[in-house]
Amino acid sequence: MSPSATTSTRQGGALKASLRWLLSTLAGGIFVLWAVATAIFFGIRMIPGDPAAAIMGGPGSQASAEALEAARIEYGLDQPLFVQYFGQLRRLAVGDLGTSYSLKSPVSEVLAEIVPSTLVLAGLALVVAWLMALLLAVLSTRISVVGSAVEIISAAVPHFWLASVLIMIFSTALGWFPPVSTNTPGGLVLPVVTLALPLAGFLGQVMRDSLEKAQHSAFALSARARGESEIGVLLRHSLRHAALPGIALSGWALGSLLSGAVVVESIFARPGLGRALLSAVTARDIPLVTGVALVSAGAYVLIMAVSDLAERLVDPRIGEP
Amino acid sequence: MSIHNSMLPLTDPVLVSAGTRVPRPGATLARRLVRRLPTVIAAVVLLFFILAAIAPYLLAPDDPLAINPAAAFSPPGPGHLLGTDESGRDIYSRIIHGARPSLLIGAAATAAGLGLALVLGIAAGFGGRWLDFGIGRILEVLFALPGLLLALVFIALAGPGVGTTVLAVALTTAPGYARVIRGQIIALRASPMVEAATVLGRSRWRILTAHILPNALAPVAVLATLGLGQAVLWAASLSFLGLGSPPPAPEWGTMLSAGRTYLSLAWWMTFFPGLAIVILAGSATVLSRSMKAASSQ
Amino acid sequence: MTTLKPVLQVTDLNVSFGPDTVVRGISLTVNPGECLALVGESGSGKSVTARSLLGLAGRGAHVRAKTLSVAGYDAQKLSTRGWRKLRGAHVGFILQDALTSLDPLRTVGKEIEDVLRLHGSASGSQRAARVIELLQAVGLDDPVRRAGQRSGELSGGMRQRALIASAIAMDPALIIADEPTTALDATIAAAVLGLLRDLRRGGAGMLLISHDLAAVSATADSIAVMANGRIVEQGPRAQVLEDPQHPYTRALLAAAPSGKPRFTRLSPSAGAPSSAPQPSGAATTAPPLGTVDAQPLLRARGLAKSFPMAGSADFRAVSSVDFELFPARTLGVVGESGSGKTTTARMALGLLVPDAGSVEFCGEPWSAAAESARRARRPSLGAIYQDPLSSFDPRLSTASLLADSLSFGATRNPRSYSGEISQLLEMVGLHPDLAPRNPATLSGGQRQRLAIARALAPKPKVLICDEPVSALDVSIQAQVLDLLDELQQSLGLSYLLISHDLAVIRHMSDDVLVMKAGEVVESGATESVFTNPQHSYTRALLAATSSES
Repeated sequence: MSPSATTSTRQGGALKASLRWLLSTLAGGIFVLWAVATAIFFGIRMIPGDPAAAIMGGPGSQASAEALEAARIEYGLDQPLFVQYFGQLRRLAVGDLGTSYSLKSPVSEVLAEIVPSTLVLAGLALVVAWLMALLLAVLSTRISVVGSAVEIISAAVPHFWLASVLIMIFSTALGWFPPVSTNTPGGLVLPVVTLALPLAGFLGQVMRDSLEKAQHSAFALSARARGESEIGVLLRHSLRHAALPGIALSGWALGSLLSGAVVVESIFARPGLGRALLSAVTARDIPLVTGVALVSAGAYVLIMAVSDLAERLVDPRIGEP
Repeated sequence: MSIHNSMLPLTDPVLVSAGTRVPRPGATLARRLVRRLPTVIAAVVLLFFILAAIAPYLLAPDDPLAINPAAAFSPPGPGHLLGTDESGRDIYSRIIHGARPSLLIGAAATAAGLGLALVLGIAAGFGGRWLDFGIGRILEVLFALPGLLLALVFIALAGPGVGTTVLAVALTTAPGYARVIRGQIIALRASPMVEAATVLGRSRWRILTAHILPNALAPVAVLATLGLGQAVLWAASLSFLGLGSPPPAPEWGTMLSAGRTYLSLAWWMTFFPGLAIVILAGSATVLSRSMKAASSQ
Repeated sequence: MTTLKPVLQVTDLNVSFGPDTVVRGISLTVNPGECLALVGESGSGKSVTARSLLGLAGRGAHVRAKTLSVAGYDAQKLSTRGWRKLRGAHVGFILQDALTSLDPLRTVGKEIEDVLRLHGSASGSQRAARVIELLQAVGLDDPVRRAGQRSGELSGGMRQRALIASAIAMDPALIIADEPTTALDATIAAAVLGLLRDLRRGGAGMLLISHDLAAVSATADSIAVMANGRIVEQGPRAQVLEDPQHPYTRALLAAAPSGKPRFTRLSPSAGAPSSAPQPSGAATTAPPLGTVDAQPLLRARGLAKSFPMAGSADFRAVSSVDFELFPARTLGVVGESGSGKTTTARMALGLLVPDAGSVEFCGEPWSAAAESARRARRPSLGAIYQDPLSSFDPRLSTASLLADSLSFGATRNPRSYSGEISQLLEMVGLHPDLAPRNPATLSGGQRQRLAIARALAPKPKVLICDEPVSALDVSIQAQVLDLLDELQQSLGLSYLLISHDLAVIRHMSDDVLVMKAGEVVESGATESVFTNPQHSYTRALLAATSSES
């Protein structure tokens, strides 16, 4: 077989594989979103009592009689269950997430307003966490105490306590940063650090394990035997290996960031997905809860796909037959 | 060249002796103790909290609910070791007395979460391809609402309360445990150990009950220890957000939630209950790590 | 060849890690164009020695020597920078397994180019051209394509050649090769050793480190034998191999199974009398107990097995294998990796259902029977594996494992079987004091003895041994092979012995199957196959392993 023929068949195979990957990822994502919507739909109807009241604030609902009546009509609660269900799915499919009971405006509009704010916060925290994690991993291969301490702290320090302590020190005592978050650089420091620290501890600990393995591996020894310096071994070989498990845990990282956002946004009085979810849960505003849940699940599906791609980029062994 | 060495491996081939591992002399004893120090401290801390949960009056004779408006917002000092809250109640007493509800919620949530995880993990590991596929999809959906999100959605549906908190935390932690248990079972089923047992003529039932399950469930003790700390932490997070048990009870999360209002006025109201959680969760992490290390040796 | 100045001169080298001294006062000299082989078993200190010569003995290593001259430099005076300039440029280092010795995330071209970048000032395009040149020099086809591939995409032999290319990129004066062929199949290993011999002819001095005395004998000019951190014997090749002075060297040579007739003892016999049932004549060539007239215990006809592969055609692991195993005889199955040996063994054990063909055991259907029907007959068919530890339940002690096996799985309580357990342990040459120990705390040889004891407990007629000695040092291998011989003679066992090692198979088997790519290319009585091979592959295998001549 001529070299060109080999290349073309390999490219054809790669294209097919990419297409298959795209389709399965898409199908998996749609399945997850469908399952979340379905679970919430039937979850509400399993709670005893008036489903209209359940949607509009739970058993102790403060909703007015008109609002309840409007909900009954909007959700077709007088109709058979499966008609309601497919009606809800049809609306969700075209992006109609319903009306927020507590905010009295369409859920999609509420989300469009708050998602960017959380995106800024979580994005910054993710970048900071990765940088800190790499630093921690490198540090803890030299000083083993750092590694164990970081691991324990990242597992044991909850976001709310970290945020409180940071406010006590840097706002109340030192007055360096405001206790209320704004989109100014100073206003972002404390919330970003609160989100990034536990995540960095966790990522750093996983990265340290694989960094240590890479540093002691036969390929690192052969690199040193070639005359490579320690920095060279780290930069050219080990760090890539260390990054792999960090990428694989992106789904976990998103979970940490979004749960953290619920706490951080409410402590620092910052508008966003987490705070909206918390107030929606407190008011038992089911349409808004459903909206936030779908956006989060969508973000999860997306980040899993992206991390899968990133893993293939860093480690070409994945996805090859 | 002319070294005569009786220790060379070829000289005593048959009846290979029992003494292949010579214990190191005593100098390493101190080092071993130092290495075990974190484990010992963690165990002592956990025992302290368990004692506080069983007999709080032994450790803190004062009434955690006794109101003393004159002493409200006292900073930590000789009279009140860790200060007082807005009604003058002693924070130290409230932390000690709060151990029982906090640990109970944590233990109940861990038990429920592990129970669910065992059912899902064992069913996926043994149930054949389709069941494994189905449970895999369920876990994927649960993972898509990671961390607090699943708990919050659950509370939105079921309403806040202690029972809901327990179930919400259980639901949040179960998928991770289930995946670990399933992975263990799948790995063991394909292991040389099981193949060897098959060759020796053991029945499938015998292999399952005598070899796979005991080895697969060994990490459950580790998970439970780690999980207890995590469950207390998650439950406290929910309480902090105002979704836990009602205020007057001295539960740690509730204390935190109350202290939040006075963060700039009385930092100790938030700091110390939070520290209790950090120390508990940290000790559980250290202990579970030591257990894991011990079992993998 | 131009100068007589040695490229490596070491006198009185000591290496210690804290209180443990692992290398004790060894001295080595390598002249240009010369190859010195440093031979020893695991734990002898040979690898640490090699790494010390590069300043890479590891963290906490304390290296002292009277002289430590490496490629003309006084290594004891080298700074960190000085070491880096030495490594790669003046000393090339080749490690055991190129799959792990080349970064799996980078292309082999990049790995080789690193050496040029670190030590040369050539431009990027010049370096790229040199990489291609080097890959060609080590005998890789299509070097342009290979340079763009990662180690995982190359075969074992190709990888090892690429690693050699990176070691010789700067034409170093000294090449240190640490077990360069251990992970390779015999025919590939022979070719790689040939390549190393060619390099030496180019004038480089070579230090070749190996556990296998026979494997280095064709390449080395002189040999140093190492044990417990000391060199016990050193001299020209012929002298060490033909007239060994030290008992350890003699024992090592005796332990190698190649060229030893069947039932010759490979390990020194035990001085103390043992209560184990042992045949009296140790070094005699006792005739096999079984005869070909008897009915075969295990008979396979037309065995075939394929495995589905993602995105391509099924992989035919085994196609059309026939064999017969007679009472008290050994059938050896030899082949390189991927030849289908283990798949055949698994079908014979009733663990895999063949796609075609059948296995009969004691004249009755075996592969075609239901597992429930097989179960009652399984005690007659035992197995031992390459890695015994992974076949033990990690929660069980030595005694519990044996109790489990003795009671056919009814109990693990060793108390009711203490007599039988001691007897079994002694039968396989283990001290009864080992009974309460966890197998994880036993040595490799002890674990394999325990695996044999467990397999013997249900009193089997046939043992299927899948690479039983491949993970063991040659002296331990000799003991285990001797044990298998003894047990065969005293208990009348039949073995289906699977190994990649021609010498082991030849020493142990009455009949042999030579497998390649899932097919039996040759079969028959062992001696006739090996003295008069008919198939070209058998001849190639023999040529690759009989390099002593």
